Amino acid sequence: MSLIQSRLDTRSQEYRANAAAMRRLVEDLREKTARVALGGSEAARKKHVARGKLLARGRIDALLDPGAAFLELSPLAAWGMYGNEVPCAGVITGIGRVEGTECVIVANDATVKGGSYFPLTVKKHLRAQEIAAQNGLPCIYLVDSGGANLPTQDEVFPDRDHFGRIFYNQANLSAAGIPQIAVVMGSCTAGGAYVPAMSDEAVIVRGEGTIFLGGPPLVKAATGEVVSAEELGGADVHTRISGVADHFAESDLHALSLCRRIVAGLNRRKQVTLDVATPQEPKYDPGELYGVIPSDTRKPYDVREVIARIVDGSRLAEFKSRYGTTLVTGFARLYGYPVGIVANNGILFSESAQKGAHFVELCAQRGIPLVFLQNITGFMVGRKYENQGIAKDGAKMVTAVACARVPRLTLIVGGSYGAGNYGMCGRAYSPRFLWMWPNARISVMGGEQAANVLAQVRRDALEAAGRAWTREEEDAFKAPIRDQYETQGHPDYATARLWDDGIIDPAQTRRTLALGLSAALNAPIEPTSFGVFRM
Amino acid sequence: MFSRILIANRGEIACRIIRTAHRMGLRSIAVYSEADASSRHVRLADEAVLIGPAPARESYLVAERILEAAARTGAQAVHPGYGFLSENAQFADACAAAGLSFVGPSASAMRALGSKSAAKALMERAGVPLVPGYHGEEQDPGFLALEAQRIGYPVLIKASAGGGGKGMRMVERPQDFAAALASCRREAASSFGDERVLIEKYLMRPRHIEIQVFADAHGNCVHLFERDCSVQRRHQKVLEEAPAPGMTAERRAAMGTAACDAARAAGYLGAGTVEFIVQPDGTFHFMEMNTRLQVEHPVTEMITGLDLVEWQLRVAAGEPLPLAQEQIALHGHALEARIYAEDTARGFLPSTGRLIHLAAPAESVNVRIDSGVEEGDEITTHYDPMIAKLIVWDGSPDNARERACARMLQSLAQVRIVGVANNVDFLARLVACPAFAGADLDTGLIERERGFLFPQEAEAPPEVLLVATLAELLREEEGARAAAAAHGDPYSPWHLRDGWRLNAGYRRTLTFRCGEVEKRIAVGYTGGGYELELDGHSVSASGMRTGNSRLDAQLGGARVPATVVAVGDRRHVFLHGRAWQIVAGDPLHHAGEGRADTGGLIAPMPGKILALLAEPGAALEKGAPLLVLEAMKMEHTLTAPAKGKVRQFRFEVGDSVSEGTELVDFDPEAQ
Repeated sequence: MSLIQSRLDTRSQEYRANAAAMRRLVEDLREKTARVALGGSEAARKKHVARGKLLARGRIDALLDPGAAFLELSPLAAWGMYGNEVPCAGVITGIGRVEGTECVIVANDATVKGGSYFPLTVKKHLRAQEIAAQNGLPCIYLVDSGGANLPTQDEVFPDRDHFGRIFYNQANLSAAGIPQIAVVMGSCTAGGAYVPAMSDEAVIVRGEGTIFLGGPPLVKAATGEVVSAEELGGADVHTRISGVADHFAESDLHALSLCRRIVAGLNRRKQVTLDVATPQEPKYDPGELYGVIPSDTRKPYDVREVIARIVDGSRLAEFKSRYGTTLVTGFARLYGYPVGIVANNGILFSESAQKGAHFVELCAQRGIPLVFLQNITGFMVGRKYENQGIAKDGAKMVTAVACARVPRLTLIVGGSYGAGNYGMCGRAYSPRFLWMWPNARISVMGGEQAANVLAQVRRDALEAAGRAWTREEEDAFKAPIRDQYETQGHPDYATARLWDDGIIDPAQTRRTLALGLSAALNAPIEPTSFGVFRM
Repeated sequence: MFSRILIANRGEIACRIIRTAHRMGLRSIAVYSEADASSRHVRLADEAVLIGPAPARESYLVAERILEAAARTGAQAVHPGYGFLSENAQFADACAAAGLSFVGPSASAMRALGSKSAAKALMERAGVPLVPGYHGEEQDPGFLALEAQRIGYPVLIKASAGGGGKGMRMVERPQDFAAALASCRREAASSFGDERVLIEKYLMRPRHIEIQVFADAHGNCVHLFERDCSVQRRHQKVLEEAPAPGMTAERRAAMGTAACDAARAAGYLGAGTVEFIVQPDGTFHFMEMNTRLQVEHPVTEMITGLDLVEWQLRVAAGEPLPLAQEQIALHGHALEARIYAEDTARGFLPSTGRLIHLAAPAESVNVRIDSGVEEGDEITTHYDPMIAKLIVWDGSPDNARERACARMLQSLAQVRIVGVANNVDFLARLVACPAFAGADLDTGLIERERGFLFPQEAEAPPEVLLVATLAELLREEEGARAAAAAHGDPYSPWHLRDGWRLNAGYRRTLTFRCGEVEKRIAVGYTGGGYELELDGHSVSASGMRTGNSRLDAQLGGARVPATVVAVGDRRHVFLHGRAWQIVAGDPLHHAGEGRADTGGLIAPMPGKILALLAEPGAALEKGAPLLVLEAMKMEHTLTAPAKGKVRQFRFEVGDSVSEGTELVDFDPEAQ
């Protein structure tokens, strides 16, 4: 592998301007993250803590191995939605180590609308389960939720990927040998009762945890029976009489220690079959990534400057470096794991697409995980390229990416537009994880192009009708389109809707990717069988 | 000279004798009980013979077993050490009968001196000054009470066959005499197999000064100067020194002559110690003569440069004393501190357990450690709970004692013991207390200086908590590293314990309990180190753990060396020469499963029930004695915790109980 020779001038005006711009974005990201991390309103939090309960994040911290990392997923889910009243979509999900085992953790935040499930709460919960399924990670549910959010029931209850899917997943995850553990630390009412009930093993906290299909008000309305929540489905009832839960806990902390004991006894041993090496820090400081990325997204730069600040020793063994140069492919190591890097370095041409397909095939055959660094405006257009068959070359790359069974991780470092998103393993291609940088943009095409295309169509229609269209009128037509694309293409908009697994600070890229990759290696790497490549 | 000697002892003194034997090229043969199979003295000896089960009565005190061992191994001499059979005339006889040289005086000298009463009579005849008292054969309690009255209170009741502080009771008031006498007799019977006692006037502010003497079979007798052993608690020596502060050459000569006279009067042979009580004006009275090598003999060795064990062996082999009186010189000042496994805060209760961590200063010309244990060894209820003797010496011409005290403090600060309660901090306070530093000595010093010696337990200073926190964090890191190395995914970033969080910082809180106070330390992870916040003050912390629980800490830029030993949830922090014990809070600990308080009284240590003193059902005042527990050869009385009644005793006299066992069901009277 060769050391990437950085050409970055860290003293240049441009570097400083770039770094300042990125720093503002990161500060904004951290500020938003800190805000949603508080959870519900101060009153709700005080009330929660006054009952002797830990806040959702406190529960996670106490559950995890002390000092070990927590790779939170989509912390800004539901950002700017539901009247901004459902921070983190009311559920905290992530991957963390419990007794040395990487687990997916799903923790309801009861201080946010009683922990009830909004549409994005469901989506986030299901995404966590999908990650567990793809990567073979045990699931721990810290349950404290009133169940489905009734006002939005049409977006929560009936469809395939709605509330019921949670339990479908629990059954099938368990069937696949992926442990399902529930810690009932609050309500589990109605459908929610199935979270512990569908778990392999369940802990319930005295005086706080309750599990029932119908709560006391519903029971009274239905049968006239007056019963307390504790008598109906408290910890004592469920561990002594009903057997719905297995372990009786005195407190949140006791429950979490019981949960740790359960995980310690799962008899799982992670065995990584990759040819690993001792990790090396990059030669170039990852902090310099701030200054690498041009503040103007249209400005080109060498993506190797990014790779050099992510991979071990800043070393990359490039593949086909002289061919299809708008795509950089090559082998590197990330925390000692071998990885294949696929990174955009300009627009995709037929050669670059073919090179990409070839490289993905190599990694699939060798069982080497793939990391995609997306910064792509799309495939080249125009008669020459269409006539050369760029569509079928693009299809080759998409086929290769879609079928490769090795772990694939995607990071959007710049633009993610059009079919480039597909060829570079966008969300629809089910990468194990997908993250965005705060400067990234995602949409079917750029706002300017979209405005131009629509304006062109409009002008053609007007001119066909013999009507004139002034420059001012055209600008007025284009402005809202540009605004719409800017808003909807923004990472905040994307992450709020769970189009990604989170926005990350570029300086944390190396660790985030490595944590994700390491977590992904809990599932065995399966052999790949490719679809037909159109030749 | 012999070529093979058997050491009929254990612990530090056995190790001490083996050391000299090896230096002299003699083959050393140890004996050991089942409990001592892997003890240090067994490990050091050339040969070792098992002589019976753990209780001394069935092993170290069984003369036949020891003689068998000597016969089996071809030993020519037996060194009895101190304690056990060292002052047993029958054993000395038996050795002689078996053709073995007994390293000690003749049986007849031992008999003459072994009974305190007989010894005093002998000394009276030889013109050695005595303390007023009764040393007769008449042992009727009523008669003895009258004698006490005659001598005048306060009086001291002592086991005639006693020594080492066992079987002694000070009585201040006539009404307490009967109970003290009974208790003294029980202890005398169990410790020495002889319940006879003598009574003496209890002198006010006396000092205990003893003279080391040596006599050979050629009629020579010399003294090796004095030792001041005034610093005692419950008649047990705690700190010893030589020479005695304030001793003039004239009085030294007078006492030395008196001691040699005493030895000659008894037809003495070998090493012996003549103990005197010295009054503030310098007048001295013969107390007793110990016919053995004393625990505190090293201070004499330090100031004379002689090896007393070597002298003993030479004398036993029939050689003349190596030096004449005028050839023996006194140089410098030496101190000895006895480091015991005992809980100074709980009435010096002996403590048992494994020495999980044991560190001592390096030995040098100035510092000597005599110990029978090593890290990992166990202090059991079977034997004396001594861990080590720390001896220091200084040869400065003007202020040798002052310098020796400083050395002692410095050396004590380097002693770190985890696993048993111990008196190291107490010894340090004792050496530092103004009365000792100013050489204002008498046997009541410890009682008198209680305020200084038993301070209210101060709250652990912040640095202790910070160091403990850092050690905890570094230990976590180390554990994670070790786990990583054995993991199927050894380089995974998930192994790191740097508190990584996405787009956010990470803080956690560690708690420690110091006595009743809970302290919380907020920990921020800074990448390569920590930010610790305690009571609103923040300090950067980093460091590394080196071997043997040592910690090289950096706190806010200052380098702070410390030792933090973890035992269960306890953290023993050794910092700036002091030991602190705090309890680490387990964040996942829950307090839910506690048992209801049954009002039971609990055995403070393992032992045997000696007497039940209260009638079940009878109304008792608070503090009334309930039962007597014998443990570590000492009696401990459990008293009523409040006004009330005993419902029942859970054990009978003679039962053995382990530490923490509930002994009595006690019903306190409703208020």
